[in-house]
Order: sequence, then structure tokens, then C-alpha cells
Amino acid sequence: MKNLHFSAVVALLMMTTLATRAQNFLEQGQVNGNVQIDAQYYSEDDKLGITDSLLNFRKFGLNAFSNVIYTNGDFSAGLRLEGYLNPMLGFDDRYEGIGVPYWFAKYKVGTLEMTAGHFYEQFGSGLILRSWEEWTLGYDNNFYGFNARFSPYKGIMLKGLVGTQRYFWEPYEAGNRGIVKGFDGDFYLNEMFDGIADAKTKISLGGSFVSKYEKTGNVFYTRNREFLVDSIPWIETTTYEMTIPHNVGSWAARTNIAHGGFNFYGEYARKGADPNATNNYIYREGSAVYSTLSYSTKGLGIFLATKWIDNMSYKSKLSESGNPSMLDINYLPAISKEHQYSMATMYPYATQPNGEFGLQGQVIYTIPKKSAIGGRYGTPLTFNYALAKSIEKDSIYSDVTGGVTGTEGYNSNFFSIGDLTYYQDLNLTIDKKFSPKVKAKAAYFHQTYNLHVIEDNLYDDKNMVYANIGVLDVTYKFNSRNSLRAELQGLFTKEDDGDWLALMLEYNVSPTWFFSIQDEFNYGNPVDDKQVHYYNVSFGYTQKSNRFSVRYGRQREGLLCVGGVCRYVPASTGLTLTITSSF
Amino acid sequence: MKNYVFLLAALLFVTIGYSQSENKALFSLPEVDIQTVQGERFNTKQIHNDGKPVIITFWATWCKPCMKEHDAINEVYEDWVDETGVKLYAVSIDNVRSSKRVLPTVNGRSWEFDVLLDPNGDLKRAMNVNIPPHTFILNGNGDVVWQHVGYLEGDEHEYIEIVKKIAAGKKID
Repeated sequence: MKNLHFSAVVALLMMTTLATRAQNFLEQGQVNGNVQIDAQYYSEDDKLGITDSLLNFRKFGLNAFSNVIYTNGDFSAGLRLEGYLNPMLGFDDRYEGIGVPYWFAKYKVGTLEMTAGHFYEQFGSGLILRSWEEWTLGYDNNFYGFNARFSPYKGIMLKGLVGTQRYFWEPYEAGNRGIVKGFDGDFYLNEMFDGIADAKTKISLGGSFVSKYEKTGNVFYTRNREFLVDSIPWIETTTYEMTIPHNVGSWAARTNIAHGGFNFYGEYARKGADPNATNNYIYREGSAVYSTLSYSTKGLGIFLATKWIDNMSYKSKLSESGNPSMLDINYLPAISKEHQYSMATMYPYATQPNGEFGLQGQVIYTIPKKSAIGGRYGTPLTFNYALAKSIEKDSIYSDVTGGVTGTEGYNSNFFSIGDLTYYQDLNLTIDKKFSPKVKAKAAYFHQTYNLHVIEDNLYDDKNMVYANIGVLDVTYKFNSRNSLRAELQGLFTKEDDGDWLALMLEYNVSPTWFFSIQDEFNYGNPVDDKQVHYYNVSFGYTQKSNRFSVRYGRQREGLLCVGGVCRYVPASTGLTLTITSSF
Repeated sequence: MKNYVFLLAALLFVTIGYSQSENKALFSLPEVDIQTVQGERFNTKQIHNDGKPVIITFWATWCKPCMKEHDAINEVYEDWVDETGVKLYAVSIDNVRSSKRVLPTVNGRSWEFDVLLDPNGDLKRAMNVNIPPHTFILNGNGDVVWQHVGYLEGDEHEYIEIVKKIAAGKKID
């Protein structure tokens, strides 16, 4: 009887413990998340040549996601549900479906943090490894596997990962893509050594190593040689079998030095022989340099960046190439500035992974308050210049240009600069506040865009677009809640689609709603039928972290770019509804 | 016994948690490693303001409303700090393409508030930010009690009203 009592007490205690734990799990745990729904209804439009059969009778497109994260102390777990029913225009058909492409469980004990499931990671500036996602692009190269971050000593951060990457909805199977392993270390010297803890110069060093294993058979290809014998043309066809490396390694080293107003970052990366679809299956090793230097003090910021990349496409499947960009292991940033106005983003730049030299300079200076030109509020001026060019490549086979499959491809001297311009952008912006009610922004851009290189993969200068763009953006505040904004833009070019004019009027009632009308008119299009008004009417309503917006009108064809990765958006007409919400 | 102590402690913790602030916490600030604007390591648990409210805004150099928001806040930021003791952290989600341009941009435009870098979106994901600008207001305990998506001219007045209510211990709804 006593024993029974004792057992009962123990059982009760155990149940209390469990109940307490469960209660802790529920009560001390937190759940947060978000939802976004983008829905489009497409109409036929004679002017744009859009018919139902062109749309494959898919009149409706919907892209949506929801993230839910559960956190309890040092433990967290989360997932993202994604649905493309059907994918909106401009998104790859292979996205069609609904599922959970991202889930994770994360735990931290001491200075070790482990993630199992899907994760995003970046080593240094990402030249050899970066996984990330960008909803508006439909870009997601998350890793599925294990990730660890460990700090064995103050100022040292080590990271390691093993995983496979996302490919639409296709699950990983041996042979359908590679396995990526990576290791990275960051060493913040001022934190590590007490003697220099308070030194004016802050230095950090870092290094990483990444390896891809891909189970793949050898690749066969044929090469034709044409010749004449007694005026009779002959073709000799030879079939070669290429030995494909199963493991492709890469490494990178970097440093960040800050001293007073100066900040320097430099990274160098190398990649082993990696014949792949992007580089036309050549064996040449890849290399890249990325560095930035800035000097800034209150009211003045100067920035310089250079990069040089040669044969740095690095994907976890060698035969993968083209659009949308999938299975990228690394990230090669475009060197130009991302602009905020629609006409200035008409001709955006995208990185050429097979080789490019890039340069960017920027100066921001605020003419001080209460000076003659600065006015009552100070006037910021921004000057920016960006250039992207080819690198010099000497063909190993003098009679063949470019890289020949199955060979080293070409020779190129480190940091050599070629003759072909890919992109150039010179721009100037002035921000001026005239009174508490009126402020304005004026901007000028001069852009050179090599359409053949950026859009058609043709490496010549036979389709250059030279564009001059002007922007005037004026805001008038009626009171602290009501304001009207007008945006006038013009793009002038003799090439491509010719001249454009754009006007937008936006009425805001803070913090709740906005209404806008917009027209982009391609009045200078050399084809009369293509002189189209791309009009849009939008309405938005914000309630705390909920946002609803409705837009009706025409979407012009173009490249939508974020971070130098671009997605082609076809022209369309219709109604777009966007709902975003966070909790 | 240990469990009861634990339970009591937990209850006490919860009770204190509720009694200290009338405003319901949406969630507490996640602990994530990001960077200072100079490129040094920074963990979000270092975000504190001695029991006073904190504003966290997510932004990017390419985001037009974000730049407008920060220019507008910068004009009144000193007054905000004097009146309420609030501290603002502007977290840039610029990736490597533009993250190194953030420091000269912030200084060049003479922004007075703290700026942090989240170049691969680790904090952005942990806080469920869809698109910038996205603004969070934290109470003195580091709990998010209010959030707002987007920026319309004049929204900064709303932010400071919320901050004043939190600082005075009033309900924000």
C-alpha cells in the first residue's frame, strides 16, 4: 500500500513534470510568421498582342508563401509553405505546385549553433558560396542538410555545412545534382588579442573552402573539321570523350580593415577545373577578386569598388545553365548601382560569370545646413559611376575564338581588361528640401548597355544602347498626414525601343492608404504599333503589418533584377492583388 | 520539489512579464549574428536601450521609400531622442553588391542613428520581413510590441506616437 502510494506520488510528480514541460513548451514558446499572396488576373490586349491562347488559357496566376517560426529559448524551428497555382507570368512552369521547400530545426548550446533541414549561408562576400532567396525573382538556392556555427574562442567564428540545393520541387536523388560541402572561418583580430582590443585599426581575416561532388558519367562531344581535297569539301567528324572531374573544389581568402573613416575589404577566390554548360565545358580554372575601399565622415562618403572574374560559374549540377538561374553555389555581384526609378532600371546589368572586369565609384556629399547652397536643411548630392568590361582572353587555338570544349579554353592574364564594354552608368542625384511642405529630387543618368552581351549571349558590340535618362520627383505635404508626390521621367535613346516618357501621381494618407496613377509611354518606338501607353492605377491600404494593394494596368516587358540576378518579365495586362501580412 | 520551484519560477516570470508592460509582446527579438556598418561581428542581443523603447527598421540602398523614411526620421531624430530616449537601429538588407556602400551612404547623408548590416538576410528571415521598409518597435524588455509595413510620407509621426505611449506605459491600441 505504501509502495502504491509512493508510486502514485512518483507518477503524479512525473506527470506534473511533463505537464510543466509541455506548458513551458507552449507558454514560453513564441510563434511568429508572415504571409504573402500575389495574385494576377490577365486580360487579352490587342495592343500588346496578348491573346488567351498565348496565355495558354491560364487567365489567373498566383504565387504565395507563408513562413511560420517557433522559438523557445535557444531552440527554434520553422517552415515555409509555397504555392504557385499557376505560376504568374515570367515564373518558370516548373514552379507549378504547392509544398514545403524550406523547413529547419535549430539549436544552440554554448557557442555551437546547429541547423538541420534547410538553411541559407554566405561565406565572405559569397564568391565561392552563398545561398539566398528573393521572392520577387523566384530565386531560391537553399541548402538541405546540416549547418554548424561554432565559436571556439572569442573573435573566432567557424562554419561548416553539407547539403544539396533546391531545384524547383524536384527532390534530391543520387545523380540528379551534386552534394556541396563547405568550411569557413572568420578571425576578428581585435577581439582575439586583448592588446589590440582598443586599437584604432580593426582587422579581420577570413578563409573558406568549398567542394562539390557530383556523380556524373563522362561527357561526349563531337568536333567537325572542314577541309578541301581537290576542290571537294570534306568534313571530318571526331567524337571525344571528356573525363569530368567528380569533385570541384574552390577556396577564398579575405580581409577587412577599418581605420578611422577608412574601410577596406578584399577577397580573392579560386576554383578548380570545372567543365560545365556555362563555360562551354572547358577545363580552365576559375578566379575572382572583389575589393572595396571607402572613406567617410559626417556629410561625405567616398566609395570605390573593383572586381575581376574569370570563369567563375559554380553550380551543383554541371549541365545546368540559362534562365532561371538555379543551383548556384556562389554569388557574383554585379558592380553597378541598383536604381530606384523605373526608367533608370530599364537597362539593368547582370553579371557575366565567364569573365568580366568591373569598377564602381561613388561620392555622396551633403552641402551643409544653413549654407548659401545647402539651404535650411542641407542638400545631399550623389555621384555614381559604374563600368563593366570584358577581360582579355587569348585563344589557345589561334583559329578559334572563345573556349573550345574539352580544352583549357584560353589564357588570360590576371586582372587584364578587354576592349568590349558590357555596361556603363554615370549618374548624378540631388535631393533638395525647399520648405517643410516641398521637397524635390532630380536625377540624371547616362547608360551604355550592351544588349547582345547582356540579353543574347553574343559577345560583340553590334547592339549597343546609349540612353540618357532624367528624373524629377516632387513631394508636396499638405499636412503631417496628407501628401502628393509627382514623378516625371524621360528616357531618350536612338536604339532599341526608342524614347519613353513616364508620369506618376501618388496621393498618400499616412499611415493608412495610398492611391496612384501612372503612365509610361513608349512614344519613340520605331514601330508605330508599339508606341504603347503602359498605364497603371494602384490603390494600397496598410493596417499595422497588413498591407493590401491592388493594381490594374499594363506591365511592360523587361528584366526585373535584384542584386544582379535578373528575371525576364513578359508584357501583360490585368489586375494584380498583393496581400502581405506579418504576425 | 525542483519541479515546483521551477514551476513557481516560471509562473513568477510569466506574471512579471505581464505586469511590466500592458502591451502584449508579439515576439522577442531573435538572437542573430549580423554585422556593424564597419563590418565587425554584432549579435542582436547587443541591441538594448536601458529599458527604453527601440525602433528597428529594415531598409536597403535601392529602396526608394526606405531612403525617404530615413531622411525624414533623420530630421527629427535628435528631438525624438531628447523627448523619449528612443534608439533607432536601421538594419540594411543590402547584399554584397551594395552592402559595402552602406557606410559611405549613411555618413554622406549625415544619418545620426545606428546602422547595422544583414547582407544575407539572416535577421530579415528570423523577423519575417517580406519587403523593406518594415519597422518594428520594441518595448524596454526587448519585445516587439508593434510593427508596420511600408512607408508613406508622414508615417514617422505614427512611430513616435507609439514610442511615447510605450515609454509612458500606456496601451498602444
